Amino acid sequence: MKWGVLIPLVIFLAIIFLIGIWASKYVARTNSFIHEYFIGGRELGGFVLAMTMMATYASASSFIGGPGVAYTQGLGWVLLSMAQLPAGYFVLMILGKKFAILARKYNAVTLVDFLKGRYRSKWVVILSALSIIVFLFSAMAAQWVGGGIIIESLTGLPYSTALMIFALSVMVYVVIGGFRAVAVTDAVQGTAMFVGTLILLIATISAGGGIDNIISQLYAEDPGLISPFGADGTLTPLYVSSFWILVGIGVIGLPQISVRAMSYKSSKAMHRAIIIGTIVVGFIMLGMHLLGVFARPILPGIEHGDKVMPTLTLTVLPSWLAGIVLAAPMAAIMSTVDSLLILVSSAVVKDIYLNYIKPDAGNETVKKISLTVTTIIGVLVFLIALNPPDLIIWLNLFAFGGLEATFIWPVVLGLYWKRGNKYGAVLSMITGILSYILIHVYFPNPFGAHTVVLPVLFSLLAYVSGSLLIKPRHKEVCETT
Amino acid sequence: MNKKDPRFKSANKEAVIGLILVIVNFLMWFAFAYGPGSGAVENYKYIFGLPSWFFYSCIVTFIVMVLLVILAVKLFFKEVPLEDEQERGDGQ
Repeated sequence: MKWGVLIPLVIFLAIIFLIGIWASKYVARTNSFIHEYFIGGRELGGFVLAMTMMATYASASSFIGGPGVAYTQGLGWVLLSMAQLPAGYFVLMILGKKFAILARKYNAVTLVDFLKGRYRSKWVVILSALSIIVFLFSAMAAQWVGGGIIIESLTGLPYSTALMIFALSVMVYVVIGGFRAVAVTDAVQGTAMFVGTLILLIATISAGGGIDNIISQLYAEDPGLISPFGADGTLTPLYVSSFWILVGIGVIGLPQISVRAMSYKSSKAMHRAIIIGTIVVGFIMLGMHLLGVFARPILPGIEHGDKVMPTLTLTVLPSWLAGIVLAAPMAAIMSTVDSLLILVSSAVVKDIYLNYIKPDAGNETVKKISLTVTTIIGVLVFLIALNPPDLIIWLNLFAFGGLEATFIWPVVLGLYWKRGNKYGAVLSMITGILSYILIHVYFPNPFGAHTVVLPVLFSLLAYVSGSLLIKPRHKEVCETT
Repeated sequence: MNKKDPRFKSANKEAVIGLILVIVNFLMWFAFAYGPGSGAVENYKYIFGLPSWFFYSCIVTFIVMVLLVILAVKLFFKEVPLEDEQERGDGQ
């Protein structure tokens, strides 16, 4: 065991834990449990909002997987990763104040509440709650596996023990502190990610003998590594551009992101978050992926991409600093799974239980149920992550693009197109998710673009034609003009 | 229900600004990457050690976008109350 590496990680976990205890005081004091536990009482300031959006969005793939691919593909993959820059400003600008105002008007705590308020349809509620539960539960399981592996590789403990440590540290603060704990720990984790990226970038450039030297070594090895087309020339402009939909503008359809757009306290907070978010997202994505490329001349011949980032850290940094930097990928995973855990729990409690099972439950009952449900989901994810079944791994493949294709139009057009109605929304959701799965399985990356492109177009068509062709029987009150 | 909430007017304008920004972002990124980046690698020019296509499409575009976002927010984004007047204090 490398104690120098472990001490910063232990301190980091202790801070996270203390935030959980601090947030639990708000949960104990509040007279509106649901609002506090699932949306933090709508009190997020600009910095916390920006950080929780970025940290929820940036997961293991940004810190482990992404740099690994950049190591093999070269600068072309860094170019691709910069399609994520709009995630910093686009979501908040498009959903914007209208979403926040309507969410307050509908008293919405979840994305499903918003859709319920907008469309007033049982089917919209059930479909959206189910797709959130199924896909994000699977996504969570996959991320927990990543968290377990990181702790395993740092401590040398067996995987099951490592996973237990990871699961316990996440569950404690999420269960007792709710959304406020998730958001504030995200701010700490996001800061760790930012600082970690900065330290490692500086250390890597100096270990490689300067940017000039690194680039000329890459050129000598394979000119493709410094071209936008990738080492093997497979990164076509169309393929790379289609990632603007998957990881850039489509992010607006992810429930774990959009729920944050109803959690800020004032329009001033939202303005600050847009600016901070753009800087932080851009810097982390650029930095982490560039690191993957710069690692190549320093550490040639790494076969497994996921090992690039940890190996690089342990090579170019002294061990105490490596511990701080390696807290970054762990922070990235934790800040993603904590948000998913509270979101899936809100879908079960608020969207299903309170809508259809016991609408008149009192504050104390709701509190008990919420804490229990969050704990049970956590334990279930832990058990599944111990030995993930194929079904979960398969479902996780659709969690990102599939949810985008499901939700993007019912949310965006629900805000800005007053003729959009529940028929359009239901059709769009079904079309989005089904076409995503079918295309992914039978016709992946059609015409050289990423799988996500066609389902997003199909669900747009479905939304528009459903809304225009089927007239609502009752004249619906439309509050979105 | 108030049919035309005045706050929605500025919200709609801000959404349009978001759309314009993302288009500008994409065009800069695409033009810089596949313009100078498409030639033969041995003819690349370098800026601060990086191939010029990369420097412009990833680093300059990032910095320009940050500046544009700051400008847009400072110039065009309005501060409005998020609660309805009578609903302040939002409880259950």
